[in-house]
Amino acid sequence: MGLRQVSSQEMAKQTYRIDCHEEDLVIALAGNPNTGKSTVFNSLTGLKQHTGNWPGKTVTNAKGKYIHQQRSFILVDLPGTYSLFANSVDEEVARDFICSGEPKVTVVVTDATCLERNLNLVLQVMEITDNAVLCVNLLDEARRKKIQVDLPALSEILGVPVVGTNARDGVGLRELKDAVYQVAMGEVINKPLQVRYGDPVETCLEMLEPFVKGIVDKNINSRWVALRLLEANRDTDNWPLQFPFLKLNNDSEILATLQAADRLLLQAGLNRDALRDHIVTCIVKQAEEIAQRVLSCEKQHYNIVDRRIDSVLTSKVWGIPVMIALLGLVFWITIKGANYPSQVLATGLFWVENKLTGLFMAAGWPDWLHGILILGMYRTMAWVVSVMLPPMAIFFPLFTLLEDLGYLPRIAFNLDNFFKKACAHGKQALTMCMGFGCNAAGVISCRIIDSPRERLIAIITNNFVPCNGRFPTLIALATIFIAGGRGEAGQTLVASLSILAMIVLGVVITLLVSKILSKTILKGMPSSFALELPPYRRPQIGRIIVRSLYDRTLFVLSRAIIVAAPAGMITWAFANITSGDISILQHSAKLLDPLAHLLGMDGFILMAFMLGLPANEIVLPILIMCYMSAGQMIELDSLQALRDLFAANGWTWLTAVCMMLFSLNHFPCGTTLLTIKKETQSMKWPLITFAVTTATGIVLCFIVAQSARLLGLA
Amino acid sequence: MGKLIPLHHLPPGTCGKVSRLTAEGNARRRMLDLGLICGTRVEALQKSLSGDPVAYEIRGAVIALRSEEASQILVELL
Repeated sequence: MGLRQVSSQEMAKQTYRIDCHEEDLVIALAGNPNTGKSTVFNSLTGLKQHTGNWPGKTVTNAKGKYIHQQRSFILVDLPGTYSLFANSVDEEVARDFICSGEPKVTVVVTDATCLERNLNLVLQVMEITDNAVLCVNLLDEARRKKIQVDLPALSEILGVPVVGTNARDGVGLRELKDAVYQVAMGEVINKPLQVRYGDPVETCLEMLEPFVKGIVDKNINSRWVALRLLEANRDTDNWPLQFPFLKLNNDSEILATLQAADRLLLQAGLNRDALRDHIVTCIVKQAEEIAQRVLSCEKQHYNIVDRRIDSVLTSKVWGIPVMIALLGLVFWITIKGANYPSQVLATGLFWVENKLTGLFMAAGWPDWLHGILILGMYRTMAWVVSVMLPPMAIFFPLFTLLEDLGYLPRIAFNLDNFFKKACAHGKQALTMCMGFGCNAAGVISCRIIDSPRERLIAIITNNFVPCNGRFPTLIALATIFIAGGRGEAGQTLVASLSILAMIVLGVVITLLVSKILSKTILKGMPSSFALELPPYRRPQIGRIIVRSLYDRTLFVLSRAIIVAAPAGMITWAFANITSGDISILQHSAKLLDPLAHLLGMDGFILMAFMLGLPANEIVLPILIMCYMSAGQMIELDSLQALRDLFAANGWTWLTAVCMMLFSLNHFPCGTTLLTIKKETQSMKWPLITFAVTTATGIVLCFIVAQSARLLGLA
Repeated sequence: MGKLIPLHHLPPGTCGKVSRLTAEGNARRRMLDLGLICGTRVEALQKSLSGDPVAYEIRGAVIALRSEEASQILVELL
């Protein structure tokens, strides 16, 4: 599959090519997953990187800049890891960057409520570099749980600066910048605590170190390199060790010393595996000892509230019903809330269209120009905005709220057994949740899955959850065709339930396809699974709103508009350039009609999906334009008008259901396909994804359409 | 010394002390990274829908493990 090789070395190179001036100081930001590392990063740099309360959030590595005391600092956000033993791609990337000598200072962000486990990583970072600064974050959460951290004592023991912060509220960031500045400028010289491994390991290290010093950069801790050489498996392809700074060319002196060291270790009963155990055990014990000295906890059961919430949200009986109810509630609020603003926006934007048309008439500009600019470009954009903006502006903050609270890992916990049965990774549930926002982001988030096989499964199936580009289509169709004709309240309820059913169907399809992939082209068993269920956190309402509006809603909307403008123009042109009696558009639609009919749709719908390849958001607007160019020019300022337009084109409930099914199950948008190519470094996987998703849609629509017709339902 | 049982047999609400890991290679290192060394206290918190995975408290963090992994961790019932 070749994923792993590409990912580690190449990714490290690609992601961390730091373009900076010589006087810029590079700072690495390391930390366990879910310690608020991204929040620290954002607060320091002012960048709005997306953060969330679930492990493994930093999937694309961010770089940001800040100025402190007239010096500019380049901050590099490393992936969150529990250790630096290079057990996964993320760990390898983080380790390689820290030991590359590039960062002047490495800041390790830790969670004050879970300090002991976090110290494990801190000690490992301090083995690699002297220039470490420890940031103890989430102090307010610790205070709430009555956990006291003796920061001065911790700094004394570790021999590096320790700063307590509350990054969400900006507390302690100034001090953190000061500490980083002092270490970077050499004003403070660290004397970091070194974990001792006892004899005979220490003897071996002493033997090796002098040779190692000769071949590595002076920035790199030779003791650490010696330790890695000792524990490296020399029988595998990975030998000689490849670090960014070290190319070991089977140096005979070192090899001889290593062999001597091996004999010593073996005498003490330390073979390779036992040595690794021993090293980790020493670090964990050291962390435990330090934690005992600096932590005091008033309440024995400080996690009691979290446990109580978990006993409902992840319980056998209530776990899944609560999950479905929450999701249903989110959709209900979205549909209910979006209805009115959508109409207002549509009315407003079409009023502007009329004014613009009037302007064109008055100026005497040619009809084709009016057509292409107003009826083509403007109208498509107006539809994209009025149909998409309101649901997104409501859905995103709600979903981000669930994320911020820490609910998503609980979803993964509840669903894990299903994923295991599908021979897939439990964290696939998390990547699935990311797909709700944007499938391209969902594909990138698959990096949290280490096993290449399971990662590919997660990538290929990510498209089965509808992204926000497809939600408005689903909502509009469900509202007017499935829930149509009921009272307003009933309509919202039925529409929400239909969307919910679509999502559940999407999850079921994800599981089925994962299973099929596991039995065919991606054979294998599920790999190990350890998922952290982080503490629930007080959500930051203000930030959620700002973040989800700026980062997600506006970003997605602007992308949609950028794509919609040219697509609208092209579609209008196709619809109005005639060959024979009918337009090119109608010719093509006719060509697609027989196939489309088998799938319960018509040629225009299939064509709209094809033209919508750049972005799913424009499928519905293109379809509307196709229908309108075919004759009926009506004012489209309400869902009722949309229903009339579709009905006039021969739509039934079956057409709507099939279009919804095909919207859920068809080829991913261009951006997602490109992202898959980038993530897998091959053309093969985007093509397979394209085929798998489209085939699923065709099969599903065919079965539904044909059965409905056979049973005489439509 | 008490009886040794695999971690996934630890009933929710009870505690065990890690006595031995039978996992090898990468899986073993992952467990060690979570702090599961000899003598570490582990509490079984909650089973999921079908009884697998189970959430455990390990060194102040809540970690869900599938039975395949948990069965490779031998604990002494406390």
